[in-house]
Amino acid sequence: MQTWSLVSISVLLAVLVRWGVSLNSYSGAGKPPMFGDYEAQRHWQEVTYNLPLQQYFNTSDNDLNYWGLDYPPLTAYHSWLCAYVANILNPDWVELHKSRGYESPAHKLFMRTTVLVTDVLIYIPAVVLYCLYLTDGSAKRKVSILLSILLYPGLILIDYGHFHLGFALWGVLALGLGWNSLGSLAFSLALNYKQMELYHALPFFCYLLGKCIKAGLIGRGFILLVKITATVLVTFGLCWLPFLPDPSQVLQVVRRIFPVDRGLFEDKVANTWCSLNSVIKIRSILTSDSQLYLSLAFTLLAAIPSSIRLLMKPTFWNFKLALINSSLAFFLFSYQVHEKSILLAALPVCLLLNEFPLMCIWFLQASTFSMLPLFLKDGLLVPYTVTFLGFPFLTVYLLSALDDCSEDELKLGIYGKLFSFLPKIHLACIIKWKFYISMALMAVLSILCVAMDPPPHLPDLFPVLVSTTAFMHFLGVFLHFNIVQFMDPPRKKSRKKNN
Amino acid sequence: MAALVESWSWFTALAVGVSLFKCLFINAYHSTDFEVHRNWLAITHSLPLSRWYHENSSEWTLDYPPLFAWLERGLAQAARRWDGDMLRLDNLNYASPATVLFQRLSVVCTDLLFIYAARECCRCIQVQKAPQDVLSRPSFVLAVLLLWNFGLLIVDHIHFQYNGFLFGFLLLSVARHLQSRHLQGALLFAMLLNLKHIFLYVAPAYGIFLLRSYCFTLDQPDGSIKWSSFSPLRLLALGGIVVSVFALSFGPFVAMGQLSQVVSRLFPFRRGLCHAYWAPNAWALYSGADKALAVLGVRLKLLQGAELPRAAMTGGLVQEVQHAVLPSVPPAATLLCTLLAVLPALFSIWRRRRGNRAFLRCLLLCALASFLFGWHVHEKAILLAVLPLSILAVENREDAGIFLVLSTTGHYSLFPLLFTPAEMIIKVCLMLMFTIYSFTALGNLHRSQGSLLRPMEVAYLLGLVAVAISCEFVFPLSPWRQKLPFLPLLATSVYCAVGVSYSFLRLYATLLRSNDKHKQL
Repeated sequence: MQTWSLVSISVLLAVLVRWGVSLNSYSGAGKPPMFGDYEAQRHWQEVTYNLPLQQYFNTSDNDLNYWGLDYPPLTAYHSWLCAYVANILNPDWVELHKSRGYESPAHKLFMRTTVLVTDVLIYIPAVVLYCLYLTDGSAKRKVSILLSILLYPGLILIDYGHFHLGFALWGVLALGLGWNSLGSLAFSLALNYKQMELYHALPFFCYLLGKCIKAGLIGRGFILLVKITATVLVTFGLCWLPFLPDPSQVLQVVRRIFPVDRGLFEDKVANTWCSLNSVIKIRSILTSDSQLYLSLAFTLLAAIPSSIRLLMKPTFWNFKLALINSSLAFFLFSYQVHEKSILLAALPVCLLLNEFPLMCIWFLQASTFSMLPLFLKDGLLVPYTVTFLGFPFLTVYLLSALDDCSEDELKLGIYGKLFSFLPKIHLACIIKWKFYISMALMAVLSILCVAMDPPPHLPDLFPVLVSTTAFMHFLGVFLHFNIVQFMDPPRKKSRKKNN
Repeated sequence: MAALVESWSWFTALAVGVSLFKCLFINAYHSTDFEVHRNWLAITHSLPLSRWYHENSSEWTLDYPPLFAWLERGLAQAARRWDGDMLRLDNLNYASPATVLFQRLSVVCTDLLFIYAARECCRCIQVQKAPQDVLSRPSFVLAVLLLWNFGLLIVDHIHFQYNGFLFGFLLLSVARHLQSRHLQGALLFAMLLNLKHIFLYVAPAYGIFLLRSYCFTLDQPDGSIKWSSFSPLRLLALGGIVVSVFALSFGPFVAMGQLSQVVSRLFPFRRGLCHAYWAPNAWALYSGADKALAVLGVRLKLLQGAELPRAAMTGGLVQEVQHAVLPSVPPAATLLCTLLAVLPALFSIWRRRRGNRAFLRCLLLCALASFLFGWHVHEKAILLAVLPLSILAVENREDAGIFLVLSTTGHYSLFPLLFTPAEMIIKVCLMLMFTIYSFTALGNLHRSQGSLLRPMEVAYLLGLVAVAISCEFVFPLSPWRQKLPFLPLLATSVYCAVGVSYSFLRLYATLLRSNDKHKQL
């Protein structure tokens, strides 16, 4: 069958799945006085539409305690655009002050539609182009990868706040095709959309710098460096233009974006500090400042090796691996990490589905599982169950992930050297069984979270169990991909047409 | 037969995928049919058998045959553990989240029978050689066309009904006949008739075929009947099966003397010629012509505007109607038309032993004829023709062309069922998905023999797209929205009716043309 028809069917299926999930409840539905993320988005539309630019990040007519804007300016401009359309449809939705807590079926439809439209315009085309042009294999393999990436549950179940991933993916796509300036433009836009893209900043920087160095710092490399720097500066300048005249404004925005007066972590998130906290109460032992420095130190320590390797050998393969390693390093060790930040690591992992199907599916499943408490809070149990069951089943079937275990062996050559006393054939079996057990464990924990009440003296038992399990998985994947980055990339061999 | 040494893992993937997909629409819009079935759960659970067909405290009275009522009774036992409140008779329009979840999941679970039937149909496909690539195999294409059928997904899992379960019986019965296991097929069809009596429309095909091809074991040299080869034993076996199924189903009610009450519930002829949304059949064309002539007559001053009956037909309500210019149509006339339309087909499979595929064609023609000429036909009934036609479409090039026209037209005519804005994206995307797949997959299967569609058909389908865009997007923003609110429905019905009638005539042609060929089809 022709590729275009398979691609369009996959895209339509992805849109349908997204829309089906969006028919459910949203975060903070019917929960005054603060509601949830949905109300935050609506409030930003209200603020950006009605107030002048200078007041977006200030306390003025704008009460910063009620969902104050804490993302860079591009988010504000995007909210303004949505608010413009909202005002045409029904001014009640964005009326200043009066529209707080506004909830109605028509409004929900509008909000969901804005999300879908942005997804279809930015994220989905990037995925399609990536799969068609930067993936090896037959047409069927490419479409299987496309479908798997588009059906990743994390991005479907989290309804908002991930358009920066679309921009970042365009950046990766452009860099993969060799268009350096466009790539840096896209990434700058992503960075100006959500400051969490800083998780990806180190790999982008090292890759581009490495490319410049390789092309010779005197001559072509230097011109490339100048072009990229100019692009980045111009992009930042354009986004921050309204705030530039007044330096105190800029500082205010920065203070809103990076709230350093919050704690080491909030809620139960699957990173080191939270998991460590259940054993050693770090938050009480260390002062706030030393917590900040500790996390900074560990983050840099974890992220530096892969970035240095990328600087030395700036290939696209290394770039993708560095993206994973860097974002995971930040997620595991950084300050004030939110559960949703795992999506920043999940996106680069999706890009490696072709080479490491089993490992990637495993990680993506664990990342969805780690956000389970969030889904339960938002009333998304049924979509979670459907995607939790459907995603691994379909992707393992489509990508023949369990059949390729023997190939994994070749990439796990270094483990083979370490455990050379074990017969080689057992390594594939061990990995398969570990996969099954891990899936079963996640399923059991999910059921427990839903069906049972925690014992009264341990009210947070289930979220802690969920985050700790997820943490173990993430740590394992982090170590694995770091090891892989330091080995040689796999030879490009023709895949058997057995699908 | 298709190669037996092949793995059916792709079928499992398709089946699991579609079942999970259906679960995503649990919170979508559901129609009054949801309340209908909840009411039936309450009736069969709370009341004794003798009151089932007398109960009318709710407007949604029990109007399916007894076996379906027993199915609802079984579901009610499970419902008790979910949310007992849904089983209370007085709890009208009760739709708690638990109730919605239970009912939706019951549809998904009963669809398992449909999945099994689809697999049996896939097994019946006859191919010369199975290609290596899974996507190009006829059985794969058939599985997708059946499991991911747009009509079934929309009607069952959003609008809410149990059609998947019922069509499972029909397709399984057809599969058994294609495998020449006629007694099983007859049993399944008898059970189906007792689950939903609308399938009576295709009973003549079964009757004539079984009588001719099963009860008469041998033929004359030229293929016509050899009266001496009649096997009373076989007839008795068939009769016994059918009678016992009906006895099990209707027996208790006959014993209680309620047969006439049950029959009056099953066949309510007080409703109008056309359903509220005008199924795209011959009567839609007839009524459309009537309306056009009336308007023309008033314009040309041949008729008095005041004398004409009020515009009741496009009022969207289910009533008795009068036509303005052309003669009104009584129920008996529709029955006569249906019989006349079906007789040539029945005769052609009676005259000569034609084989199992011809039986399938005759079944299709009975279904389409009843759709075109029946009384108070609902547009969902088009699925009765589209689903079996899928089997023929993957084997035969001409049937594939007819399938493309019929399925696209029929599926589009289902659009008015989902009129809420939130479901607009669902129906458009799902329709696009199914249409793209059916066109490309069937084109791929039969690519060695040229293009599937004739230019006229391509033009018609493009016109359908134009009609769709004007009805869904242009019309709501135009000035005629207030004056003629049902114009888009009228336009949709009439335009689709042309396509359905055309497919009917082409299918007839294929059946009668192969009259001359004497091989097993």
